[in-house]
Amino acid sequence: MDAHPASIPPVQAAPRAGIRLPGVGAGLGRGMVVLYLSLMVLLPLAAVVDESLSKGLDAFWSSVTGDQAMAALKLTVVCSLIVVAINAVFGTIIAWVLVRDEFPGKAAVNALIDLPFALPTIVAGLTLLTLYGAKSPIGLDVAGTRVAIVVALCFITLPFVVRSVQPLLIEMDREMEEAATSLGSGGFTTFRRIIFPNLLPGVVAGVMLAFARALGEYGSLILITGNIPFETEVSSVFIRSQIESGNTAGASAVSVVLLALSVVMLIAVSLFAHSGTHGEKRGILVRAINRVISRSQLGGGS
Amino acid sequence: MTPTAPAKWGLRGLAFGYLGLLLLAPVGMIFYKTFEHGLGPPVDAMTSPEALHAIQLTLLMVAVAVPLNTIFGVGCALLLVRRRWWGNSIVDGIINLPFAVSPIVVGLSLYLLYGNTGWFGPTMAEWGIQVLFSWPGMVLASIFVSLPFVVRETVPVLQEIGTEQEQAASTLGANGWQTFWRITLPAIRWGVAYGVVLTVARVLGEFGAVTIVSGSISGETETMPLFVAKAFEQFQEEAAYAGAIVLALLALTTLLLMSVGGRKAKASSGGSLPAAELAVSTSNTKEGS
Repeated sequence: MDAHPASIPPVQAAPRAGIRLPGVGAGLGRGMVVLYLSLMVLLPLAAVVDESLSKGLDAFWSSVTGDQAMAALKLTVVCSLIVVAINAVFGTIIAWVLVRDEFPGKAAVNALIDLPFALPTIVAGLTLLTLYGAKSPIGLDVAGTRVAIVVALCFITLPFVVRSVQPLLIEMDREMEEAATSLGSGGFTTFRRIIFPNLLPGVVAGVMLAFARALGEYGSLILITGNIPFETEVSSVFIRSQIESGNTAGASAVSVVLLALSVVMLIAVSLFAHSGTHGEKRGILVRAINRVISRSQLGGGS
Repeated sequence: MTPTAPAKWGLRGLAFGYLGLLLLAPVGMIFYKTFEHGLGPPVDAMTSPEALHAIQLTLLMVAVAVPLNTIFGVGCALLLVRRRWWGNSIVDGIINLPFAVSPIVVGLSLYLLYGNTGWFGPTMAEWGIQVLFSWPGMVLASIFVSLPFVVRETVPVLQEIGTEQEQAASTLGANGWQTFWRITLPAIRWGVAYGVVLTVARVLGEFGAVTIVSGSISGETETMPLFVAKAFEQFQEEAAYAGAIVLALLALTTLLLMSVGGRKAKASSGGSLPAAELAVSTSNTKEGS
């Protein structure tokens, strides 16, 4: 198995001259691309970095480590960690059931897994509030508590692990399992020794992507968490409150920290996919990650 | 491995239980709440002047942001795949940046650029252009958050189709535009369409970034997601639920289009396109791979 080259679609060497691109020369086209990216993406982000440092490095540091900012940052990170742990377990189980089990309506259930990605985040928040809010028909009111943050983030990040593990499970070599079983290993041993190690890269990648997403989540949280400073105020909500009270430097400082964490996470996922796996599994995982990243941004991302 | 019956039912129970509690029950609940008293209330709520304006403004976002990002996306993908340049990997990295930025940070960044004391704000004000708390700012926010989709979906398709046909056309005397319209675009059309669907979906639902730059003024700078949030906060639950249902139905349509588009892309390329993989994963079969 290891001898297979990665099955990433071959990137052919781009011809230096050869085919002509439409109308505009390559130089002009490149200029337009760079200009668009600079105006739409780079300049705005540069403004945030600049604003965060506008009062010096000390002010940056005290903004980030201020009581309320730190409480929000800790809450965000801890809740995100809890959530990715829950979804690592349930995501793997759901992927397993969707691939290996047969039941009527499987295609529909499988399609619905992506709903948290496609649903606009504000709708996601409102949806959870109808069942787990003050007017909960099942008497389960978590609105305004930290549990609400965990529930909302679980919803938003549900598809990450499922969709990262699923392709690996589909492509997994069943002969290994059969060999293990025929050699007398029980179901749990086979899972622990054969299946789980094969799925682990997918679980890890899914968890990292989900974590990056959870860190910046905003829309699904504002209605259900109550946004109480030191209690249920996550970093993104803190940033908003700072903008509204005119402290743009403080808001920018925390933004830069969030942005850095997310960028590091995304780079780490890409490095992990390329180094943590080998053979055809790498190609499968890389494509799964690329797909999940795009999908996860549909309803509002981070 | 064929799990024993108790293990199988145990796993099923866990999977369905989790999905049910987290996904199906809340989504079902919001549909129930909306149509509890029949079709009348939600239809009334959606035809109020504020709601109609929110729908119009949301469509305006789509009408401006999606074509711009589509033209940029196809052009950028062509340059990335077909032209060797030292800056390609940098451009590629920047394109993925919007996916790492929290929507609230996007809002903040535009606020810092176009606000009263921002980098461009004062100059724009002199020219009489209002960006913040007006539709241009909201369009900029929509462009930012939805920028990567078309590029990301088009690049792998371009790599897949190769350059043979383009070179043949070129050799036979076709100019750049002829080659693009007759050869390249037809070959990548499903990949591009897929990217456009994702872009539209994202623009329709964007909340965090738009909420900062718009000021959320009823009947003026309120898109559908902002309308939903505002209605809920003002205890107009019927309007909030109705708006949420409209957005949820659009999301379901997106999922449907994605799975159709994925299958088309797969059929037209013979297999291993990333855009096509959703179809692979939804059918859970190995066909074509």
